[in-house]
Amino acid sequence: MMTPKTEAALAELVAAASGPLAIQGGGTRGFAPKGDPLSVAGLSGIELYEPGALTLVVQAGTPMAEIDAALAKENQRLPFEPMDHRGLMGSAGEPTIGGVIAGNISGPRRIQSGAARDYMLGVRFVDGQGTRLRNGGRVMKNVTGYDLVKLMTGSFGTLGVLTEVALKVLPRTDAAACIMLEGLSNETAIEALSNALGSPFEVSGAAHLPHRPDGAALTMIRIEGFEGSVAYRADKLKTVLSAYAPGRIEADSGKIARLWADVRDVAPFHDATGDVWRISCKPSEGPALAAKMQATSVIFDWGGGLIWALTREGTDLRAKLGRYDGHATLVRADAETRARLGVFQPQPAPLEALSAGLRAKFDPRNILNAGLMQTRQEA
Amino acid sequence: MEMPPPNPAILARKTRLVARLQEVLATDAVIHDTAETKAYECDALTAYKCPPLLAVLPSSTEEVSAVLRICHQEGVPVVPRGAGTSLAGGAMPTADSVILGVARMNDVIETDYANRVIRVQTGRTNLSVTGAVEENGFFYAPDPSSQLACAIAGNIAMNSGGAHCLKYGVTTNNLMGVTMVMMDGAVVDIGGSHMDAGGLDLLGVICGSEGQLGVVTEATLRILRQPEGARPVLMGFDSAEVAGACVSDIIKAGVLPVAIEYMDRLCIETTDKFAGAGYPDCEALLIVEVEGAPEEIDEQLGVILQIARRHDPVELRESTSPEESAKIWLGRKSAFGAIGQINDYMCLDGTIPVSALPYVLRRIGELGEQYGLQVGNVFHAGDGNMHPLILFDANKPGDLELCEAMGADVLRLCVEVGGCLTGEHGVGIEKRDLMPDQYDPADLEAQMAVKDVFDPAWLLNPAKVFPLAASAPRREVAAAAE
Repeated sequence: MMTPKTEAALAELVAAASGPLAIQGGGTRGFAPKGDPLSVAGLSGIELYEPGALTLVVQAGTPMAEIDAALAKENQRLPFEPMDHRGLMGSAGEPTIGGVIAGNISGPRRIQSGAARDYMLGVRFVDGQGTRLRNGGRVMKNVTGYDLVKLMTGSFGTLGVLTEVALKVLPRTDAAACIMLEGLSNETAIEALSNALGSPFEVSGAAHLPHRPDGAALTMIRIEGFEGSVAYRADKLKTVLSAYAPGRIEADSGKIARLWADVRDVAPFHDATGDVWRISCKPSEGPALAAKMQATSVIFDWGGGLIWALTREGTDLRAKLGRYDGHATLVRADAETRARLGVFQPQPAPLEALSAGLRAKFDPRNILNAGLMQTRQEA
Repeated sequence: MEMPPPNPAILARKTRLVARLQEVLATDAVIHDTAETKAYECDALTAYKCPPLLAVLPSSTEEVSAVLRICHQEGVPVVPRGAGTSLAGGAMPTADSVILGVARMNDVIETDYANRVIRVQTGRTNLSVTGAVEENGFFYAPDPSSQLACAIAGNIAMNSGGAHCLKYGVTTNNLMGVTMVMMDGAVVDIGGSHMDAGGLDLLGVICGSEGQLGVVTEATLRILRQPEGARPVLMGFDSAEVAGACVSDIIKAGVLPVAIEYMDRLCIETTDKFAGAGYPDCEALLIVEVEGAPEEIDEQLGVILQIARRHDPVELRESTSPEESAKIWLGRKSAFGAIGQINDYMCLDGTIPVSALPYVLRRIGELGEQYGLQVGNVFHAGDGNMHPLILFDANKPGDLELCEAMGADVLRLCVEVGGCLTGEHGVGIEKRDLMPDQYDPADLEAQMAVKDVFDPAWLLNPAKVFPLAASAPRREVAAAAE
């Protein structure tokens, strides 16, 4: 395992590499590319944190725990609520910010606050030739040249090795409430969530769990903010949603935090056997897509726009779904299935050509997480 | 402003090009008479003008595709144009280029309230996107000052912001999908009504690429439910430092206003005279707006006013009616117009870390004295996006050049304190030659490599964003290849 301590050393290692490199932060997210392991964990530490400017600049290998703790001290947080993959993937180690950004990992609050990419202000990275590059900066608004910050976010280490990221952070909210509706069908639940999200009451979480141990489906709508405001909105929403089911307002903040951490981390699938898929779709089409999956179990987040599906091992879920407005990622499966089906949804030929073109420019030797995002082109 | 000299071989092919374009477009959609092409000689950066070879106004994605295919075959540069409101010269043509205007493509294709998205043709104006959904209580969040006139196409090209992006983000945060025509005429669809388009974030790099990667003809935009209400509060302070500290404290306190706007004395006095907003006599003025139900607004404003009082304000004025709210916003919204009444001005757009506000404002004042030019400051304080307005007299020889020199110094100052050249207007031609102050050659090379992939012949808006010397090798190879 190569673990350079500086960006310069990392750049030298990449430049000198004679074969594929498998880039990793904490190695908890199961990207598992082929090649000599190159760890970014040696590049660690907070470079700059200005709470009054909502700005955080950190080295890519900085553990998430360290970042969360530093932000909590100032009553702030990363608003996009990135999941911890360890439970789902059965992995160990320390998740790093580099992994979160490389995978554009966003949790339930994405529906309100936006994704990881929406909070990215700047990057430093090393491309496939070992050139040290940067884009963006540390300010909130920046249209100076092309936005390679977005391009690097979610590129899973295939265009460059992230060495430093600048992020916008937000204040933590004072209070939370969660409206709980029981026994709704998938169709009715997604309609209820859509109704809540289309209300002026600023929903920060909208999930539906059809299969629970006790058998009753649970639909959850989270609201966050100042105490008085949360109470007001929870009450309003409960009234709006009473058309679907007589709801109950959960106000215990500890319980709410646990419930949403479980949605974020896909806790119901942790100990279950089977492959895990993550489907991004048009929310209103979620229930029909879920019906086509014949999955062991599903969880809806993002108001129906994100489906986690647990399927029988080796199932080609994409074949069952056909064409739709969205895409499916194979998050957990054995090596054979991953190789056979591919982790990422095949893209239409013109988009795959553009992506391949970009990879060829940024990593002409095809050594950075080689093949990870390369998909067979759609006919 | 240096632009590449027109290619005489292209100029000589004008008749053939017109004939070919007339085959694929309506007769009145090909504008080639020199009296009429003059209308496209500049955008809102009016200091620089050059009529294009011709202009085309296609009505559909298919027509855009046909136009680009022909221009690609003929090796003619194409300058895409939304509504022509760019302050950076993003839509300024060269004499050998074709202006491709999307003004005739302004339909709403689909409104989908259940999924909170709208799909429009990109010639549609920003404000009329909200106009299409407001009856149902929804709105499109990015709100650039020019929103009455500016087109979504230009918003996407420049990744436009606005006063309310502190809470709702800029264009890139509200763009979910596009149909885009590549320079060779190929049509690609990226993203859609789902979140986080698959594969590499192509949408992210297309947004803000200033029309250099493709022509976006349709866009899927996120729409949001309108809040129950909004209310501004006006605060006057004795100094920029105190106003800056107040902004920082508000942000730290966990309140997320939808807007925090700043005006300095020159802007306060000028807009007060112009619009009669009744602003207080002070050095720095903040307008802070929050949203929600009346009780929620009370709760948030309570926190904000408490913070403001700790900073010894000269005046605190909370709106108690829609009329008072409108009056508080009146001066801010008429600021550019008011300043325009007293002189010509250049509007800069550098963004800085909020913590550097007081220092940068002081340095801008000093630079103004040094250059003998007046400067007004009106900007989005919450996110550090400054808009220094440097006043000059366009009829006075040398004044524009002096103003530009000072503008360049101000932008270098923004970069020096950890900020950037442009927060929401774009690079265009205006800041093109300052790019090396922000980025190393290798960083610019990486950006140009992206254009190589999307537009290998470097025909789309080629003389923008990158310093001419940096892009010359690519443009020359492309020119030699035809």
